[in-house]
Amino acid sequence: MSTSDTPPVRQEDDDLQAARRPHRDTAGRVFAGLSTGAGTLILVVLAAVAAFLLLRAWPALTAGSEELAAISWIPDHGSIVRYVGPLVFGTLVAAVLALLMAVPVAVGIALFISHYAPRRLAASLGYVVDLLAAIPSVIYGLWGGLWLSRRLEGVWGWLADNLGFIPLFEGPAATPPRVMMTVGVVLAVMILPIITAVAREVFLQTPRLHEEAALALGATRWEMVRMAVLPFGRSGLISASMLGLGRALGETMAVLMILSPGLTYSFALLLAGRHQTIAANIALQFPEASPLGVSALIATGLALFVITLAVNMAARWVVARRKDFSGAN
Amino acid sequence: MTATTTSRPDARPSTRDLLTRPDTRRRVVDRLMAVVVTSAFLIALVPLVSVIWTVLGNGIERLSPYFLVVSMRGVFGGMDAGGIYHAIVGTLMVTGFATLISVPVGLLTAIYLVEYGRGRLARAVTFFVDVMTGIPSIVAGLFAYALFAIFFGPGVRFGVVGAVALSVLMTPVVVRSSEEMLRLVPNELREAAYALGVPKWLTIVKVVLRTAVGGIVTGVMLAIARVIGETAPLLITLGVIDSINYNLFEGRMMTLPVYVFRQYSQGLVPCAPEAADCIATINYDRAWAAALVLIAIVMLLNLGARLVARYFTPARGH
Repeated sequence: MSTSDTPPVRQEDDDLQAARRPHRDTAGRVFAGLSTGAGTLILVVLAAVAAFLLLRAWPALTAGSEELAAISWIPDHGSIVRYVGPLVFGTLVAAVLALLMAVPVAVGIALFISHYAPRRLAASLGYVVDLLAAIPSVIYGLWGGLWLSRRLEGVWGWLADNLGFIPLFEGPAATPPRVMMTVGVVLAVMILPIITAVAREVFLQTPRLHEEAALALGATRWEMVRMAVLPFGRSGLISASMLGLGRALGETMAVLMILSPGLTYSFALLLAGRHQTIAANIALQFPEASPLGVSALIATGLALFVITLAVNMAARWVVARRKDFSGAN
Repeated sequence: MTATTTSRPDARPSTRDLLTRPDTRRRVVDRLMAVVVTSAFLIALVPLVSVIWTVLGNGIERLSPYFLVVSMRGVFGGMDAGGIYHAIVGTLMVTGFATLISVPVGLLTAIYLVEYGRGRLARAVTFFVDVMTGIPSIVAGLFAYALFAIFFGPGVRFGVVGAVALSVLMTPVVVRSSEEMLRLVPNELREAAYALGVPKWLTIVKVVLRTAVGGIVTGVMLAIARVIGETAPLLITLGVIDSINYNLFEGRMMTLPVYVFRQYSQGLVPCAPEAADCIATINYDRAWAAALVLIAIVMLLNLGARLVARYFTPARGH
């Protein structure tokens, strides 16, 4: 009704305006809407991952112990929590082991690229390390399972013979060495590039003045690194390690192809059949699992998702917090 | 030591002495740490060289045109036959479909973050894109499975499910790299376009994206290189199959990484001593050869990406 009341003059005015800037509003608004929608979609997907995993895991979370006992690979009279426990333990052992081996080497590499290598070479050396990240995990699994494990057999045997009194290296070392220690080495190689990349960035951000001041006071290069570079990069290093930890927690194929699985809480890293990780367990059992079995596996996947999410969020939070005051230096 | 003590037996070292005397301990530590740091880098080279060397050495023998153009249909035991054609088809189709999903979403998200994003939503998107890069690949696979199982019932396995799983992993990578490239586009270009009366969306499409196209292509290629080697999510969403499947919407599909894993897990073949055409290590041989093809694809993508980055770098203002 109101439209019929409007005077024709204003109608023409509107037409004139519309003619002067054709399609501008609609197309612009559609484009802005599309891109905002894409951004929102990311958040929706992340929420959906959690929601769908929870939804599919629900039958297993609420099932009684008799129902669960019907699944062949779940130990008798167990609840889902008692099933997940050793898996979480194994996952953490593998990731921490990998981290312990990878971080010192990664710091060394990052320092080499940022402060020791000739400046002209530094970029291409960084690229070489990045190539390690490009190699697919299944190839690391193949390499670890068929090539590396044979070479490590002697080393692990020596460790068990000479350091066997430490519970970690309790012998006799398994042959073939499908053990946690081998997995740790391969995982360490796999997370090396991400830790190196972040550490390198942080070390390169060290204020030039701090370094020059240290050198002017007569510090040697190593003293300069120890007094100026490392303290500056400490928080960055922590978050780099946590990113590496997140990678190691979720790695599937290398563990699946190397480790001989078992569900115990054991610290004996050189014995076979003691550990299993969540991710490898899912890949191992999924193809043959019954609907309730799939549900149980998804429940373990949910646990993995929550753990990695927490680790990654903590790491990103440290990075983000650091960004606020690093520029001012 | 003897020189100092004999010349001035009881005097404390003078300042001049302190300044000129070489401090052996500090120098040794400095040298030592230089060696340690350098050897850390060399240690990292060991696995890289060893992986490439073993894959090349073990894989080259079985790799032949025949290996590339036949599938595993009807191949059993220690037969000296079989190839990876079905796996190559599956890898290309699934990764291609994942790229079709991830690139538009990732690119639009990057545009949102750089050109439109303000306030809390933009900050949340940035943070969660970073968090999303850390999702374990197997969880992405479980998610895709759980999503499609709702519509198609349990046991769902076909190409698109795997593609969705891969795109969950790929999208954040595309967002990160595209965002970086869009931020490199100098603001003067945008302002010049606005001054000419070009609307914002057209400026983005015709000026910003066109300037950054080299970097974006590089980022997409690196993202593809990263997901093309994913195994775990495809193992649970696509399953395994020995014959060729061209249909993304129906039936299981094989991909190269899953093929490598499958051959590896089948292990050694028990051969009768008199069997002439039985090769005990045939499964491992095929695994190595397929791994070689996979590594070659990944390395070519990486190399291509670097070349694109070098020859199509965006104009960096003045």
